[in-house]
Amino acid sequence: MAKSYDAIVVGGGHNGLVNAAYLARAGRRVLVLERRPIVGGAAVTEEVFPGYKFSMFSYVVSLLRPEIIRELDLPGHGLHILPLESTLTPMLNGDYLAAWADHDETRRELYRHSPRDADAYDVYGRLMHHMAQAVKPILAMVPPDPTSLSPRDLAGLLRLGRHMRGLEASHFHALYKLMTMSSADYLDEWFETDVLKATKAASGIIGTFLGPRSPGTAYVLLHHYMGELDGVFRAWGFAKGGTGSVSEAIAGAARRLGAEIRVDAPVARVLVRGGRVTGVALESGEEIRARAVVSGLDPRRTFLELVEPGLLPDDLVGDIRRFKFRGSSGKVNLALDGLPEFTCLPGHGAHLRGAVSISPSLEWVERAYDDAKYGEFSRRPYMDIVIPSLIDPGMAPPGRHVMSIFVQYAPFALNGGWTDQRREAFGDAVIDTVAQFAPNLPSLIRHRQVLTPADIERITGLSEGNIFQGELGLHQLFMLRPAASWARYRTPIRGYYQCGAGTHPGGGIMGASGRLAALEMLKDGA
Amino acid sequence: MPLNHTPFHPRTAPLCQGQTWRRWAGHLVASSYELVHEREYHAIRNAAALLDVSPLYKYLVTGRDAGRLLDRVVTRNVAACRVGQVLYTPWCDAAGKVQDDGTIARLDETTFRMTSAEPNLRWLSLNASGLDVTVADVSASTAALALQGPTARTILRQLADLDLAGLRYFGIAATTLAGIPVTVSRTGYTGDLGYEIWVDAERAVPLWDTVMAAGDPYGITPCGLLALDVARIEAGLILLDVDYVPAHRALIEDQKSSPYELSLGWAVKLDKETFVGKAALAAEATRGPSWKLVGLETDWDALEALFADVGLPPRLPTAAWRVSVPVYAGGRQVGYATSGCWSPLLKKSLALAHVEAAHGAVGTEVAIEVTVEHRRKRAAARVVPTPFFNPERKRA
Repeated sequence: MAKSYDAIVVGGGHNGLVNAAYLARAGRRVLVLERRPIVGGAAVTEEVFPGYKFSMFSYVVSLLRPEIIRELDLPGHGLHILPLESTLTPMLNGDYLAAWADHDETRRELYRHSPRDADAYDVYGRLMHHMAQAVKPILAMVPPDPTSLSPRDLAGLLRLGRHMRGLEASHFHALYKLMTMSSADYLDEWFETDVLKATKAASGIIGTFLGPRSPGTAYVLLHHYMGELDGVFRAWGFAKGGTGSVSEAIAGAARRLGAEIRVDAPVARVLVRGGRVTGVALESGEEIRARAVVSGLDPRRTFLELVEPGLLPDDLVGDIRRFKFRGSSGKVNLALDGLPEFTCLPGHGAHLRGAVSISPSLEWVERAYDDAKYGEFSRRPYMDIVIPSLIDPGMAPPGRHVMSIFVQYAPFALNGGWTDQRREAFGDAVIDTVAQFAPNLPSLIRHRQVLTPADIERITGLSEGNIFQGELGLHQLFMLRPAASWARYRTPIRGYYQCGAGTHPGGGIMGASGRLAALEMLKDGA
Repeated sequence: MPLNHTPFHPRTAPLCQGQTWRRWAGHLVASSYELVHEREYHAIRNAAALLDVSPLYKYLVTGRDAGRLLDRVVTRNVAACRVGQVLYTPWCDAAGKVQDDGTIARLDETTFRMTSAEPNLRWLSLNASGLDVTVADVSASTAALALQGPTARTILRQLADLDLAGLRYFGIAATTLAGIPVTVSRTGYTGDLGYEIWVDAERAVPLWDTVMAAGDPYGITPCGLLALDVARIEAGLILLDVDYVPAHRALIEDQKSSPYELSLGWAVKLDKETFVGKAALAAEATRGPSWKLVGLETDWDALEALFADVGLPPRLPTAAWRVSVPVYAGGRQVGYATSGCWSPLLKKSLALAHVEAAHGAVGTEVAIEVTVEHRRKRAAARVVPTPFFNPERKRA
């Protein structure tokens, strides 16, 4: 055991890297240990087929925090976020609904479907702006523990209370509805165009094991508007070079600040002596000492695998065992010889440079969920499709393309389990469904990669293939993420911390968990 | 038709979705082709943007004394300009105040093409007395396209029978693109890897079609002036009439700027035998300029706090601004910014500003005026080096 560190970060996912960068920025000697040969976790770009690069898992940048972009100077380390602004939803009757970057153009399109909805859209947008403004500060807040009497928790609760009391009554009521209703019900109060509601509701089910009619899905509608609050900083979009370039930029910043990053270095367990962390042991047998260890892995691995659960209180172990993962989404990555022609809007226009949402009706999306409820993958799934090579020509050889298809639902606990055969059947269902709207797609496919939740778990280590390190359901958010009393990035073991998406606020390429955890660690003098 | 169309108008007009045009030297040029200019900006930094830059004034200067004429006029050393090389240079009046800035390309021993923002036929003729030189205004007969962005070279390589790797930064060469005779220069106004293509106006439309077709697999995007304005600020490049008043149109002395005051001192070659304004500039070089043109970066936390005070997230325009904005230090106005933008790439609020020389050093803390909900506030800003964005590929 030659070297000793102030902190070791287990797992080089984007949150782990952010955490390491902030610790290094504060002058700590930091080592990141990544199991795979590349950093990034679920935010990686890989050349799965020669010449074709894929954002293998996570494929868009959502709410990457502006303070992280700024404080770590990520643009200076190569981060370039490109706009991904339009959404095309092909409909079953051969028509389509599109949303564009330009407000007037979007309004005109919606007016075609419903003049009433076109009017409602602006009013709805304003309310959602206010709602997002009410909720957004919580993203940057370390969750207070309501059962604790420590001054810090009490002050946090007070701040939260004041913040909520500062809301207008009408806004508070709207927020209450958003937090409790299903997205379908919530949207029913505003709009009559089914395809509009389906497309908006679909964004609320991503990564959850819920359907658009399940209560508690409405609040996810806010995510989009929270991104808008970042204004010019808006980090919604497609990272040039794929999502792996986000991880690379953060890793570059961390290295520049002095952090060391080792790949191909799987950690077997965290070493604990006398209730205090002393370092980690690699699978190779090598032991590395550190005053603090922070896990960027999901709560199951952090509490039940990296350490001996016997060292932890029973109620915490129970909470973590009950923490819902239930991976529900899959991914199909295609290398294409050309561009798909959508029957509803032929040609290779602007609509192909945005997202294509396969959500033609609420019933379609809800039925897709029905399959999953009973342990099957959706025969006609909801899909979010992008063609990154049209946005960044470097993703595929000239004139060729890559297509990323996010698919919901593909339950981790498939009846009979996932096999190679079942995986390919799932891939076939996906291609057949897209081909219903873009008949030339199958003839363009040069290579196909199908990733089920089982594959996601195998490759990235995310338990049950849950892309958010645990469902973003209301019951596992904020002060309950990942467990009551342990939502402040600490653990019962002194010097052992958590910084992954399984902690508040989690989910998406946001980086907030990694940053907040680092700031808390520094407060502890780690 | 009260304003001129450029030779590319038959192609650019149908692409201009919002019919949003900006005037440039008496011509109509698209502000943006799409309704929102954001994608056009990103094409410059991420793929390739195709810009119609035909409204530039262009002069063909030919004859035994062509180089001597230009050396009399501009501040840089034209005699040292090799065939196949392009110079960027300002030029001044007798008092050493900048009248214009542009490029001079040496096409052969006795032929130069000068580009400028202002008409210069009269000025060149006035300075040509006794020289064996002809100045022809080829502004209308020469069309120009700028192909700018990381994939620009790959696109041109499909078309040009020319060693593009051998065409260095600020080099120029004659070639044909799919059979169309052109000159290609490794120049541009974006601070990125890029080329400008000079063509006979009659061949403009086929050239556009050729370049667009070749660029399709490489993300080529027609790009208007709104996106260009953001890119040129990131590149730290000044614009006549926006960042400075040309001396020959200034109504009072204070409106004029010397090359030193525009931080273009590097382009003033006092070791040249003679040129217009030399004496005044030599004196200024000795005593030091009173002003500097600098890059400013506004502190984001300061901006956010000002907007938070009124309950708003920070709202900044996505287009570049070009109005005079006061710059303060120690409570006193010490200068003014003349253009600025939010950089979508760097995620920073940038400005180009004239400041008193004492406040011009990199790292100097100043404050810049910001209008938040109709009220004038001040936000902390810092003098930073320009170009704000300077990728290796620009010169590589």
